[in-house]
Amino acid sequence: MIAIVKYNAGNITSVKNAIERLGYSCIVTDDETILKLAEKVIFPGVGEASSAMNYLKEKGLDEVIKNLKQPVLGICLGQQLMCQFSEEGNTECLGIFEATVKKFEPKLKVPHMGWNNISKLNSELYNGISADENFYFVHSFYAEISEETTAVCDYIVPFSASMQKDNFYATQFHPEKSSSVGERLLLNFLKL
Amino acid sequence: MLKKRIIPCLDIKDGRVVKGVQFLELKDAGNPVELASFYSKNGADELVFLDISATLEKRKTLAEMVTQLSKEINIPFTVGGGIQSVDDARLLLQSGADKVSINSAAVLNPELITQISDAFGSQSLVVAIDIKKVENDWFVFIKGGTESTGILAIDWAKKVEKLGAGELLITSMNNDGSKNGFALEITNEISKAVSIPVIASGGAGNSQHFIDLFTKTEVSAGLAASIFHFNEVPISELKNILKTQNIPIR
Repeated sequence: MIAIVKYNAGNITSVKNAIERLGYSCIVTDDETILKLAEKVIFPGVGEASSAMNYLKEKGLDEVIKNLKQPVLGICLGQQLMCQFSEEGNTECLGIFEATVKKFEPKLKVPHMGWNNISKLNSELYNGISADENFYFVHSFYAEISEETTAVCDYIVPFSASMQKDNFYATQFHPEKSSSVGERLLLNFLKL
Repeated sequence: MLKKRIIPCLDIKDGRVVKGVQFLELKDAGNPVELASFYSKNGADELVFLDISATLEKRKTLAEMVTQLSKEINIPFTVGGGIQSVDDARLLLQSGADKVSINSAAVLNPELITQISDAFGSQSLVVAIDIKKVENDWFVFIKGGTESTGILAIDWAKKVEKLGAGELLITSMNNDGSKNGFALEITNEISKAVSIPVIASGGAGNSQHFIDLFTKTEVSAGLAASIFHFNEVPISELKNILKTQNIPIR
């Protein structure tokens, strides 16, 4: 069973639909026991960092997520919340990754919205995905490049398009919205 | 490099896709879920659905359509038409829409922009602006282009950005349905006046119009309906042509 962390950040429906299109069943839940027992956990998120972190703390989900042992995939805000600290609402995050999350200087359009290519792919999540593929991004904050970076996107500054540490994986882009290439990445994760 | 987006727009009435020529004549052009999935397989970067029949009793039908769409398609899509409140927006977003678009309601109740943006994030909100040139100035029109607001297009664009819009969809009423090309100058002017992405709409008739849009302006995306629906310009072909012009395209 795949579990999707239920919290006050949308658009969870798209993630659930994408998993089901790939032939896996999934459950959207904030139940600690189910999350711990799930084969894989997806930590999605679109929204604002401080209110999302407050909600996770209220529900005790912050500790649950940090201590998961199975493969976990953070998406978009999910990746940012897995970092140390976010400039969005000056938020202490989960601290799984050491990177800091910063706000884009508006030298180009912000949010960074649309399809962008990524480079320096270095994760099994990119098996079968070539270096010139594009993924769909929507965000105004970004995780800095760090040791955990597994792909780089360049928009205003180079930033972490994806990250990985132990059993924790994360993407800034939305694989569930990135057409067939995004589905391939999700499938790679589901097959870990 | 961030790619320029090509966005087919599907006008929906009573669950079917239609396209208004200058918003008055309507033609039936197909089933929304089928058409959406066809477009997404053929390289559309995003989709926009505008429900032009949106009345209270139709809204539930629209949410059901959104649920079906979200199950079938794997690219982002925006839904608009008749959204008057945060609850209306919530229903569509929870059904699986990535963004909602508001138009007249934003002019009549600017607070709605801030409310939706605060509730779901600015990335979930597209403010659609219908503009028309009257003598030398471009003004905002509402209610399907039938009513002038007397507000200058540039002023309104700046204001909605401040209120929390994540993106603007600018439709030139002078160009819409003409197939003579996009309103390049004003759309570019609006894009330069704001820091959020701008989608140009109205007037696309051939691939040269998209080349002009992406080489003569800085806008982020081009939206069109009938040229795609009737396969006059297949999206995959259009994108290949744009690539040969060194325009960043997925």
